[in-house]
Amino acid sequence: MSTGLIEGQALANPDGAAADLIINDFSIVVATANGTGSQTSNLAILRALFKMGIPVNGKNIFPSNIQGLPTWYHIRASRDGYTARRHTSEILVAFNQATVIQDIQALPPGGICIYNGDWRSIPQRDDITYYAVPVNEFVRAADLKEKKLRDYIANMVYVGALAYLLEIPLEKLDEALMFLFRGKRRTVDSNMGVVRAAYEWSAANLAQDHPYRVAPMNETEGQIMMTGNEAAALGAVFGGVTFAAWYPITPSTSVIDALNDYLGQLRRDPATGEATYAVVQAEDELSAIGMVIGAGYAGARAMTATSGPGISLMAEFVGLGYFAEVPAVIWDIQRVGPSTGLPTRTSQGDILFTYYLGHGDTKNVILLPSSLRECFDFGYMAFDLADTLQTPVFVLSDLDLGMNNWMSEPFAYPAEPLKRGKVLTAEDVADRGFARYKDIDGDGIAYRTLPGNEHPLAAYFARGTGHNDAAVYSERPDDWKNNMARLARKFDTARLLVPGPVIDEPEGAQIGIIAYGTTRPAIDEARDRLTADGLVTSYMRLRALPINDEVEAFIARHDHVYVVELNRDGQMHTLLSSELPELATRLESLALLDGMPLTARWVVEAITAVEEDRPRRRSANGRGRRGATELDLSGNGSMSPGNDMPRGDSGLTDMGHDGHNREVIVEEME
Amino acid sequence: MTDTTTPRAGRVNAIGLAQTDYKGLPSTLCQGCGHNSIANQIVQVAYELNVRPAEMLKLSGIGCSSKSPAYFLGQSFGFNGLHGRMPSLATGALMGNHTMRAIAVSGDGDSASIGLGQFKHVLRRNVRMVYIVENNGVYGLTKGQFSATADEGQELKYAGTNEFPPIDICMEAILAGCGFVARSFSGDAQQVRELMKAALSHGGTAVLDIISPCVAFNNADTSTKSYHYGKEHEIPLHGIGFVPSEEEIEIEAYDPGELRVVEMHDGSWVKLRKLEADYDPTDRMGAMHRLQWAQENQELITGLVYYDGSRPSLAESSRLGDTPLNALDESRVRPGREALAGLMDGLM
Repeated sequence: MSTGLIEGQALANPDGAAADLIINDFSIVVATANGTGSQTSNLAILRALFKMGIPVNGKNIFPSNIQGLPTWYHIRASRDGYTARRHTSEILVAFNQATVIQDIQALPPGGICIYNGDWRSIPQRDDITYYAVPVNEFVRAADLKEKKLRDYIANMVYVGALAYLLEIPLEKLDEALMFLFRGKRRTVDSNMGVVRAAYEWSAANLAQDHPYRVAPMNETEGQIMMTGNEAAALGAVFGGVTFAAWYPITPSTSVIDALNDYLGQLRRDPATGEATYAVVQAEDELSAIGMVIGAGYAGARAMTATSGPGISLMAEFVGLGYFAEVPAVIWDIQRVGPSTGLPTRTSQGDILFTYYLGHGDTKNVILLPSSLRECFDFGYMAFDLADTLQTPVFVLSDLDLGMNNWMSEPFAYPAEPLKRGKVLTAEDVADRGFARYKDIDGDGIAYRTLPGNEHPLAAYFARGTGHNDAAVYSERPDDWKNNMARLARKFDTARLLVPGPVIDEPEGAQIGIIAYGTTRPAIDEARDRLTADGLVTSYMRLRALPINDEVEAFIARHDHVYVVELNRDGQMHTLLSSELPELATRLESLALLDGMPLTARWVVEAITAVEEDRPRRRSANGRGRRGATELDLSGNGSMSPGNDMPRGDSGLTDMGHDGHNREVIVEEME
Repeated sequence: MTDTTTPRAGRVNAIGLAQTDYKGLPSTLCQGCGHNSIANQIVQVAYELNVRPAEMLKLSGIGCSSKSPAYFLGQSFGFNGLHGRMPSLATGALMGNHTMRAIAVSGDGDSASIGLGQFKHVLRRNVRMVYIVENNGVYGLTKGQFSATADEGQELKYAGTNEFPPIDICMEAILAGCGFVARSFSGDAQQVRELMKAALSHGGTAVLDIISPCVAFNNADTSTKSYHYGKEHEIPLHGIGFVPSEEEIEIEAYDPGELRVVEMHDGSWVKLRKLEADYDPTDRMGAMHRLQWAQENQELITGLVYYDGSRPSLAESSRLGDTPLNALDESRVRPGREALAGLMDGLM
């Protein structure tokens, strides 16, 4: 099953002590049922490895469901620091009988399977190693009446077994649980009791007949680990957010959960309870964005967080925000659409929708975070941009970045004070007069006043209807045309203010790659691999829209540029082709949408396939092929979890949900 | 423009503003439209209550009614938003600056159809504002369709017969938890003014359902939303008088059998001279019953239908301080370096 590319390579132990050991370079997949409390166990393993100094990333592949449907948690340990998803995991914790057949099938040769020894049977393969753990024994020993707690204990059992088999020190698991339970010693002790018992049982009964081990490194020293949504919320707090309105929707809900948490700690007077912020849960996304636009008009730093279906409902108000020129920050934690789509799977499918959101001629500013650090930085910068440009600013994260745990260097305190943009005080109005939509500076950005300004000339009537410089209703053709031309000018100013692309252009690069957002780890890894294979690549990572001259220049310097993204139609490819028509023939779309985070393997194979094919195709039709998909590639496309499962009973093809899908996915932490 | 309130030259109120200082642009609504009369009452009320233009915010949705904030308080900030979405816009704006007072103008299409959800939810949250529904039972700008408040069985030239029961703004408001629910008739200017003054003194959302005839599309004598019907059939529940907080009120002098006095959030008073002997506007079920009776019998009851000043406003339950959110300086909204460093340490 392994292609030999990137994955499944046996590496010698750096110490040279034991031959053929694979140290700190493998993936674990934990297959459980949703709602059994496995998240705590998985996060404990993840954070223990992190605390050992090993670069790790955890990805929760979960269903749209509160309880019962299959969940897979992927943990990748990579001594080389790679954090992208891998197609295959060498270590399987098979704790879900409903998926065990497919889960075992997906193991690569030489893999190991830790499973519940109480099951009557399990599919047998002779090229993998099995470890049966008598889960019920531990559960009985714990003597618990509630089923939920029994499930919970069962999950701590695999933590102990893995700790023995991989050699994860118990004190690191203890530290990890102390973090997860926020220092509650008693809770940690009761969990560690089960972990230790399972560890000791494993030591007495299991043989380490497999090559996978962890060993301490110092690659995570001084690093933090959290989710992108938490980082986004923290960025907003340090951006001086004063108002948030929202409606619950996966996968954005944890942005607001974290926001409430941080604001409660940092922005509420502990003595009086007085708050310097307000967070309002709205009745729907129409109302959430309405409140945000209202608050932005008043001069608050206002934000919302949502996902695709919420963006659909916000279209009307975003158009008003664009036209009435009201600052707002909208976090779109993208999930798979169209429609309700796959509510718990990741995508980059809202690029075109948000860029043009609003009827008539509307274009919006978009930030594209690719890491925790950028979630934090863009978290505060988005407010500065929205205030400076007086327009709604989107931040397009996604489920993978938002809900999964990532490593990062610690965040740096904002270097500059808050940028509140062109706001006139009463004295300013007295000195220079005021016309709300007059372009005094030639950058398309007019001056505004905030409600409460005491000067008699400060007030204006904001409106979504046609208006002149003074914000007075107007149907004059010239007023309309001039105002829209000014808004276009303002959008050009935005090109200079948004974060530019990050470009890496090594000597001898033959092709270019353009990507953005959370494809970053897969691209980084793929480029290393391509370089090793003799194909040196340039890389431009877009951090915002609209694009600037650097983007154009990068493309112009390359004959062939791949635009890699997680959607069906190659939305960024479409957008770049439309903005830079004279360069469009140099761009080739590599777009994939199966709901899963991108793998380096896919990128390598997709680029390699086109590169091998390119000379022939060129002579055949003289132009690049659009939209290579996984179907075009050799190999088994079924390696994503759930693909091999029978239709209808997998929980993946028929979620059985209520069609509304706004439930919060419960993380059982305690 | 209909203008019934031209003041004598040179007169100013206690803060030195003339009544003209509270005016807006000339109205572009039809001659005789009830909405113009309401706009004029707002001008007069603001003048009489010595409202500072800078402390007042005007909000509206879309429709004939929603145009009217352009026609009053020209020195006050305003936002003419989206159809049916004024309540959310108002909520945000008034959380952005909760020290401001607000007059929001909506219509029956705006609040009872496209915006019914937002109407109900802003009342649940109790955002401090006067929420006027200029209710004429018909869509004017799109030329004569029935609105959701039109009477069942009513006939209109263009729209035919209305087959559906009406939505009652006041009943919906009471059900949603609103603590100030009043109905009036734009032809009864004096009552509109007194109710508006009382509404401005309320600490939460105050709903004024003002029957405001559409002279173009729904003014036949048979319509319960017409001038003729209103003039002939208005049944005031009480005579209403507003006493500002600055003035002394001598409660002891009144016979409780004839007069009810209600103290408002800001210390002012509303005097209700009893016309319907048993009507008690603090009795929620009684108010619902009376409204139901009125609807069934096509009665235009007017006055303060329901009052309960006990619920906190959204700004209060959000525990906002004296400084509005839009005026907090950086030191109060951006935590310091040590706060970030501490959080980072905790995530390692």
